[in-house]
Amino acid sequence: MSERRWVDDSLFVDPSETTSPTLAGARCPRCSTTTFPYQSGCPRCGGDAAERIALPTTGTLWSFTVQYFAPKSPYRGFEPFEPYGVGYVDLGDVCVEARLTVNDPAALALGMPMELVTLPAFAEGDVRVDTFAFAPQEVTA
Amino acid sequence: MSSDVAIVGIGIHPFGRTEGVSGRAQGAFAARQALADAGVEWSDIQFTYGGSHSAGDPDSLVSDLGLTGAPFINVHNGCGTGGSALISARSALMSGQYDLGMVVGFDKHPRGAFNTDPASLGIGEWYGQTGMMVTTQFFAQKIVRYMAEHGIGHETLAAVAEKSFALGALNPNAWRRKALTAQEILDAPMVNHPLTQYMFCSPGEGGIALVLARGEVAHRYTSTPVYLRSAEFRSRRFGSFEVFSPWTTPETLTGPTSDAAAAAFESAGIGPEDIDLAQIQDTESGAEIMHMAETGLCAHGEQEKLIAEGQTRPDGRLPINTDGGVIANGEPIGATGLRQVYETVMQLRGNAGQRQVPGAPRTGFTHVYGAPGISACTVLSR
Repeated sequence: MSERRWVDDSLFVDPSETTSPTLAGARCPRCSTTTFPYQSGCPRCGGDAAERIALPTTGTLWSFTVQYFAPKSPYRGFEPFEPYGVGYVDLGDVCVEARLTVNDPAALALGMPMELVTLPAFAEGDVRVDTFAFAPQEVTA
Repeated sequence: MSSDVAIVGIGIHPFGRTEGVSGRAQGAFAARQALADAGVEWSDIQFTYGGSHSAGDPDSLVSDLGLTGAPFINVHNGCGTGGSALISARSALMSGQYDLGMVVGFDKHPRGAFNTDPASLGIGEWYGQTGMMVTTQFFAQKIVRYMAEHGIGHETLAAVAEKSFALGALNPNAWRRKALTAQEILDAPMVNHPLTQYMFCSPGEGGIALVLARGEVAHRYTSTPVYLRSAEFRSRRFGSFEVFSPWTTPETLTGPTSDAAAAAFESAGIGPEDIDLAQIQDTESGAEIMHMAETGLCAHGEQEKLIAEGQTRPDGRLPINTDGGVIANGEPIGATGLRQVYETVMQLRGNAGQRQVPGAPRTGFTHVYGAPGISACTVLSR
């Protein structure tokens, strides 16, 4: 499997950057509210001119769970099904929900540092479809 | 308290799985039972609001019940379907245009978890394809934070479900009628950490109908009217944490449950401390715990002690989900909110049998919560 694509290019600031992705969020110029993914309308003040911004690529784990059963359609994954982690990561101005690279709840804790990575989500013929995910941040000495 | 609208007849088709009986037929069954309970004919009903999520068009029930020409309005509003139908019927009666009407809700869902198309909520396909369009994940993540913030343990999650199944065993119309121990609940397969299979409700089947009358004429139909003192519906405001949210605010400021509950108490003119029993959304056992406090029935963090002491059982100080709730009855979306009202009427009439709250309760409260961040609450009393 040599080819790859993002599950949705519009989620990223630069879809051609495949190994160190940055998520594209929205910031309302009127009230500074930040949302994800990009939307022009502001859910706080009703403005309709949000700017496209790069979201931070690191944050802290806000909450999490592990998905132990294979969801029905429209879920697409690899066979056989492996339980996967899901969580919200606090990026400062907004919490983003994402797949986690860890599926052991004992290895996850609220507040732990997380960083954005690329995660293979499913295959479409010979094409690997990637999504964004958060991984526990490597501790650098 | 307002005596403008009364519930004068109630009907139910048993919840659970009824092979060979359509959702529509379960709705018609409940409607006929409610009519008989009120001592009226279908031809006496001046209007109906009906709801079903996935079991057909409610207004097609007229072909079973009778072609009377009366208006029948379909309500399709997700988990708020029953509450929306009830609020609409209440307004119709309070307007003075009608004396007698019906609300009916029924459903029949396929087995397994609900699957929702992200596009129907304005969310990209990626969200579903990568496995995040799953309602159970939301409840799990909400309770993970809540347990950490308020020091609530796994055994309390199990204790809630243990009560649900114990009460389901005492309720002839419930789906899950076998009591389970807390250990069996904890040992069941994990669905979404920290919640096991027996801590969750399942999509199911069932039907409920209520006959409502203007308060002034309620005694024509029953000697035991139960008054709908208030019914309030709220959608989410900024700063709430909701199901199917690709993003949320770092600080949770509010929620539709607390908004709808506060509005329902204010409109009724009584407070949570005046409530004798409550039916609240228990999509999973953590939801019952969180909604106890969000509705104002207790303080945040107080739940573990109340549950451990048995105070949320029918003979406790704050009886919650006396019919076994959604955990024991299953979730037929169109019927769930109305089931809560049905059970409250049974309790206030003193007809709830082995699960009857002692001491002739006078007041009840109901609460539903659902996607994409809505809540409907009612206050009822004799």
